[in-house]
Amino acid sequence: MTTKQLALVIDLNVCVGCHACVTSCKGWNNAGEAGPLTDQNPYGADPSGTFFNRVQTFEVGEFPKTETVHFPKSCLHCEDPPCVPVCPTGASYKRAEDGIVLVDYDKCIGCKYCSWACPYGAREIDESQKVMKKCTLCVDRIYDQKLPEAERKPACVLACPTSARLFGDIHDPESEASRAIREQGGYALMPEWGTQPANHYLPRRKTEKHLHADELVRHDNPLKVDGKLPRPDAGEPALDDVTSW
Amino acid sequence: MCACRCGIRVHVDEQDGRSAVRYIEGNPQHPLNKGVICAKGASGIMKQNSPARLTRPLRRKAGAERGAGEFEPISWEEAYATLAARLAAIRRMDPKKFALFTGRDQMQALTGLFARQFGTPNYAAHGGFCSVNMAAGMIYTIGGSFWEFGGPDLERARLFVMFGTAEDHHSNPLKVAIAKFKRDGGRFISVNPVRTGYSAIADEWVPIRPGTDGALLLALVREMIEQGLYDRDFVARYSNGGQLVIADPASPRHGLLATDEGADPVNPLYPQDKLWWDRHSGRAVLSHTPGADPSLFGDYRLADGTRVRPAFQLLADRVRPHTPEWAEAITGIPAATIRRLAHEMGVTARDEKIELPIAWTDCWGTEHQTVTGNPVAFHAMRGLAAHSNGFHTVRTLAILMSLLGTIDRPGGFRHKAPFPRAIPPSAKTPTGPEGVQPDTPLAGLALGWPGSPEDLFVDAEGGPVRIDKGFSWEYPLSVHGLMHNVITNAWRGDPYRLDTLMIFMANMAWNSTMNTGEVRRMLNDRVEEGEQRGEYRIPFIVVCDAFQSEMTAFADLVLPDTTYLERHDVMSILDRPISEFDGPMDSVRVPVVPPSGECRPFQEVLIELGSRLKLPAFANPDGSRKYRDYPDFIVRHETEPGSGIGFLAGWRGADGAKSLRGEPNPEQWQRYAENNCVFKHELDPSYCYMRNWNRGYMEWAQRARLRRWGDPILVHLYSEVLQRFRLAAQGKWPGRRPPPALAGRVATYFDPLPFYYAPLEDQFTDKAKYPLAAITQRPMAMYHSWDSQNAWLRQIHTHNYLFVNPRTAAASGIGDGAWMKVESQWGSVRCMSRYSEAVEPGTVWTWNAIGKSPGAWALAPDANEFTRGFILNPVISDTLPGGTSNSDPVTGQAGWYDVKVRISPA
Repeated sequence: MTTKQLALVIDLNVCVGCHACVTSCKGWNNAGEAGPLTDQNPYGADPSGTFFNRVQTFEVGEFPKTETVHFPKSCLHCEDPPCVPVCPTGASYKRAEDGIVLVDYDKCIGCKYCSWACPYGAREIDESQKVMKKCTLCVDRIYDQKLPEAERKPACVLACPTSARLFGDIHDPESEASRAIREQGGYALMPEWGTQPANHYLPRRKTEKHLHADELVRHDNPLKVDGKLPRPDAGEPALDDVTSW
Repeated sequence: MCACRCGIRVHVDEQDGRSAVRYIEGNPQHPLNKGVICAKGASGIMKQNSPARLTRPLRRKAGAERGAGEFEPISWEEAYATLAARLAAIRRMDPKKFALFTGRDQMQALTGLFARQFGTPNYAAHGGFCSVNMAAGMIYTIGGSFWEFGGPDLERARLFVMFGTAEDHHSNPLKVAIAKFKRDGGRFISVNPVRTGYSAIADEWVPIRPGTDGALLLALVREMIEQGLYDRDFVARYSNGGQLVIADPASPRHGLLATDEGADPVNPLYPQDKLWWDRHSGRAVLSHTPGADPSLFGDYRLADGTRVRPAFQLLADRVRPHTPEWAEAITGIPAATIRRLAHEMGVTARDEKIELPIAWTDCWGTEHQTVTGNPVAFHAMRGLAAHSNGFHTVRTLAILMSLLGTIDRPGGFRHKAPFPRAIPPSAKTPTGPEGVQPDTPLAGLALGWPGSPEDLFVDAEGGPVRIDKGFSWEYPLSVHGLMHNVITNAWRGDPYRLDTLMIFMANMAWNSTMNTGEVRRMLNDRVEEGEQRGEYRIPFIVVCDAFQSEMTAFADLVLPDTTYLERHDVMSILDRPISEFDGPMDSVRVPVVPPSGECRPFQEVLIELGSRLKLPAFANPDGSRKYRDYPDFIVRHETEPGSGIGFLAGWRGADGAKSLRGEPNPEQWQRYAENNCVFKHELDPSYCYMRNWNRGYMEWAQRARLRRWGDPILVHLYSEVLQRFRLAAQGKWPGRRPPPALAGRVATYFDPLPFYYAPLEDQFTDKAKYPLAAITQRPMAMYHSWDSQNAWLRQIHTHNYLFVNPRTAAASGIGDGAWMKVESQWGSVRCMSRYSEAVEPGTVWTWNAIGKSPGAWALAPDANEFTRGFILNPVISDTLPGGTSNSDPVTGQAGWYDVKVRISPA
């Protein structure tokens, strides 16, 4: 286990599926050290390009109890990444210093063993360059001293309008990411594979309101001022008419 | 600044002496988006480098058909010379034969000025087919509206209810606010036939049948009143609910507000001479008499015997039959749910009150030590607006918000400068054909806010003056015009034929038009007989756009626009600035790369044409050119000579020390560039709330010349403006009256109280045959039709499906992913199905504008957009039987979402 493990914690409670993270990732990495992220048939039939991060949308439940879930997905930077040992050239590796799983393009021969080994489908072969590419957690910007500290984060994290993407060291119990996992029920995908994904997801949380009957009728109900609370006519029968003491 | 309103940082590489965009990110220093960015903005580089860019002025080849897309390049000089000669001749003969309609609203201060100076009434932006009901329904009720005009205060709200919104004008700030609201434990309810985007993260999704929101809202209003959950103090003092309405059907003043003839009206245009029935003294008093408190209910007689009733009583009477059970039958929402929603709203507003220690003084001189907030916020968009009953639906929403006491208060709805506006705002069009004269500017604005029949823009017979019939008796309050009528009306020659139609950035030959097939035929149709035989029925079409859209193919002259990265632009205080709740804010765009090819910004085209045509605002008295270019115009133009009011509010005055008002500052662009391209005037906290009735704010706004008048703006629970039109239709109004054929329509729909009616199209639809509603939503990753030319974004939405509830689909024998037919009485479309549990079973829907016409947007002939994508527009009619537009009878808003369809395998 590395001492430090950088990761994304993705809050499904606020993700609206806007795809800002998808294209911001593409923009940064296409222009950055991990690039280019090429596109095949960009203006023709079935366009298909390399993306490090995609948003899948699925539905849960039956109408009207339907949940629509927007689910951003990228390399999970597993603590025990199955893509690494299968790599015949050592191109796929996990960094000791921060736990980021990377691909050395110069060593990659495009054999795709790693993508077969990855149970999450996180790796994509770049069809133009024939090398395997994937999320780097923007390793080329998170340590860049030329950037203000607040901007030393992955492009997807900076872009996200709902701040649904937290970034930090999940081995540091005091990090925002660790705290979110601990306090908000953060979970890893398919733990049964034993890969120990570093990225986590935060579940949907519902805020409900329970009203009590007496909250509807109060002393300051304006219908009193407006003379609209029902009052029986004085002429209607009452106990006074039938009892005496 | 990005293509909409967010701040961006564009990283540019120098390659071979040319600048090229390398990377675009959100600007953390920008007050609107604070560093975040959307999918479209982050893909800007691919927009910039799109093969669909138009890069040279083009002229349709002699002999080529419109729509064939066969052009030859010409020089700008030739384009300008052709256009200027043509326009000068039109202006000399009859300026209304030139029409300018634009897809963007954010440039209206300039486009509107150009049209007005030219002298044509035929100008509007796209609001009429977008969401004018949202603007008109709310502005005629509370003096403000959503989007750039105002919005939900999610910082402090505890309950947020969103109606029919897929994507919004203000999308990044809204996303930021919703996420924060949810993290703070706020409760979010979404009312929508479909659960996507924002609705996906709602705590509760309330599926509703399209076009029935008005019924739901009336039932909510009813529950508020029946349960006593209205904010009485707010309603009594800040709305016209306590004002007395004349209740004498025989009187020509029936339904108008009773007035004190002896009172000082203060401002005759918005007279403050209405009456209350004071519940303490039991007599009629001038509204807002110190110490008085109006009865909201009752039936009274004035001293002269006139029977009067408080407006609130009339509202209560109106909504009483609209029980939750009544609404359940229309909306499909269980009555118990409607009741619960009403109670949640009412109890949250009442019991979770906010008191901010901010002192302020109201317009009647009462000092308040705190600002109160009732933390229930709402938001809505085309789901309410794009129906032919949308005006009243939106008005009902504004009334609900008002009963809850949430107008310009913390946690509720808050205005953005320059709102609030008077009801109605004081901008007016000319009132008759004499306002249009050769070689003369238009005698008024092309778009205005009618307050009575006298403000309509009609001829002596009550017929329309505008080509789109805006501000006529057919659509009296069409405050954003009716762009969707223009091509059909011009083709019909009803009310007259045009000579030149200029379209900026609107895809009228595809997704921005109803009845797309017919409209494309009209654009290419020729006169069959007479002198003009063989000529196009719309003789000359000019299209300015940055991309090769479906529309550009129909142009006679194509002008290549720059992208947003290549030009100067302003989000002007004269238009729709980027103001936030706490003060006016405007912003600019500065070019970061040089124009591609021979592209020129549309603004420069207008300045150039204005100069060549010697329009007074663009030429010196001797006829010489007044402005070097658009940036020069922005700096030096003033609304009137010496007014000190220009397009930009920041860094005015010769030394840049003044703001809002001040002499032109030659360094203004530099100052903006040095300040993240944004100017903000932060208001004193005591001017940030209750602005409709806040004396301090009003006086400040008058000094800053944001407002001419400082009168309080009471919420119009009861709309006297609408009643004036109704009286005219009933033959009781002393002034103008509608043509007899339209009297019934006006009398019905100009109801001073909100009401629900089924969308107009329903009246002509056999619902047994066409049982399903069909709607579209705008995907967050696409700007309407604009982004299929973007290599990244089209990988997100390459083609679209029709989303159908599995039960509905199975009943018609349609499999998931199968080809199917969706058919209305107007037309049919072949498409592919996608089963979805996130749509109510009576509705089918798809993403808007993904399908494209072959040949457009520089896509390959086998692109998925052509082979699998589709648009729903061909099943939507622009005209209803009888010839009226498929539009709201009050505002002319296009009834996009009214169509009923059936589905079958195909």
